[in-house]
Amino acid sequence: MNRLQVLWQSTVGKKAVMAVTGLVLVAYLISHVLANLLVFDGPERVNRYAALLHGTGGALWSARLVLLVAVILHVVAAVQLTLRSRAARPSSYVAGREPQASTLASRTIRWGGALILVFLVYHILHFTTGGAHPEFIELNPYHNVATGFRNPLVAGFYAIAMIAVGLHLYHGVWSSGRSLGVSRPSPRPLHRRLALALAAFVWLGFTAIVVAGYLGVFGRAG
Amino acid sequence: MNLILHIWRQASPSVPGAMVRYEARDISPDMSFLEMLDVLNERLMERGDAPIAFDHDCREGICGSCSLMIDGLAHGPHRGTATCQLHMRSFRDGAEIRIEPWRARAFPVVKDLVVDRGALDRIIAAGGFISAPTGGAQDANTILVPKPDVDTAMDAAQCIGCGACVAACPNGSASLFTASKLTHLGLLPQGQPERYARALTMVRRMDLESFGHCTLHGECQEACPKEISIDTITRMNRDFLRAGLTAGRAAVAESD
Ligand code: FES
Repeated sequence: MNRLQVLWQSTVGKKAVMAVTGLVLVAYLISHVLANLLVFDGPERVNRYAALLHGTGGALWSARLVLLVAVILHVVAAVQLTLRSRAARPSSYVAGREPQASTLASRTIRWGGALILVFLVYHILHFTTGGAHPEFIELNPYHNVATGFRNPLVAGFYAIAMIAVGLHLYHGVWSSGRSLGVSRPSPRPLHRRLALALAAFVWLGFTAIVVAGYLGVFGRAG
Repeated sequence: MNLILHIWRQASPSVPGAMVRYEARDISPDMSFLEMLDVLNERLMERGDAPIAFDHDCREGICGSCSLMIDGLAHGPHRGTATCQLHMRSFRDGAEIRIEPWRARAFPVVKDLVVDRGALDRIIAAGGFISAPTGGAQDANTILVPKPDVDTAMDAAQCIGCGACVAACPNGSASLFTASKLTHLGLLPQGQPERYARALTMVRRMDLESFGHCTLHGECQEACPKEISIDTITRMNRDFLRAGLTAGRAAVAESD
């Protein structure tokens, strides 16, 4: 067997793939939230940023390709491992199993991930291609955000999805270091300050935009 | 004290099992959990019923035989102890207690509360050892080991192979067990020559035995009667990935 096969066919290797692809996506999310927070600065800068990205042409599409591959690998590994996990305990405990250490984030990592995937498709249709946005204007993110969140259903779905993203990061950022074997030993191995800070930042950043958009903080001027 | 017990009864691997209700009267709070079951079994036998089968041997927390899921907790509510070290004073009078076997595809039920944990033995057989030429034993001080390494290795070496980590894991993963052995041997000088090949072969065996994967819920370290840390799992992942990526074809080939 060659080395990549050895890794991909093992549970430890698949988790490493999930960790690496997850961290790639987290790095993107951080740049995404930082860029999006420009909407609070008025239409000019955020629209200029969008134009700048689109001006790069090839770079934008290479980045999109990397993200797409990361999402696909992450999801394929997750589905395969989940099926494996189900098969590993065919009959469950009659009296249930009392969770001792798992967190809400770790227990919702799978369904939360599925929700995020559905959200991702909608989000691309909503803000990237515009197909799901009734007032979409190409290359005018300020306008699209300002109008896109006035609908309470849309804002609500975004808000829920951002909770899922926050929980996903809270467990995923912490556990990826362990899946890759790079975390330092700790007397309290379940503590995760970095993951908490990152998850909270990403969740708050995106949620602030959704809430502000819903409340009409962004004028239609853009 | 008087207790109401709901115990999993299953006559053989091929027939379905079910929870059966028993009343255990006049139980001393000083009894261990297994002694309480002994008393119940004696009473069952007196009335001509089949006793409840459960695994046990040392009854002092060192052999890893006892293996009961008590009210949804592997080895019961007391932290850092095996079922045999759990005492009835941990329960209140009149309590209803549910007792089940470990549940995992890799641990088929043999009878009642007894499961076959041979899968763990096969993981050990796949690499949980060192190869050393026989001959006169060396003087203990000729191989020096840094104190922190000794401490970590010995903490991991406390694993008694009971399988509570598998039982408590939402994924039915044997990661903590496998990682304990890999940490124990991988940190000591005698374990170095086979360190990376061992990581490959033991992890592969673990996967072949249809255990689940690790999602780092952390349930295993809470259930472990020896309180082994999930830091060992980080170490297993590191050694396995390094073996797969860099240890060269030799280690991969050797593990085939
Ligand atoms: S009977 Fe030996 S550890 Fe419990």
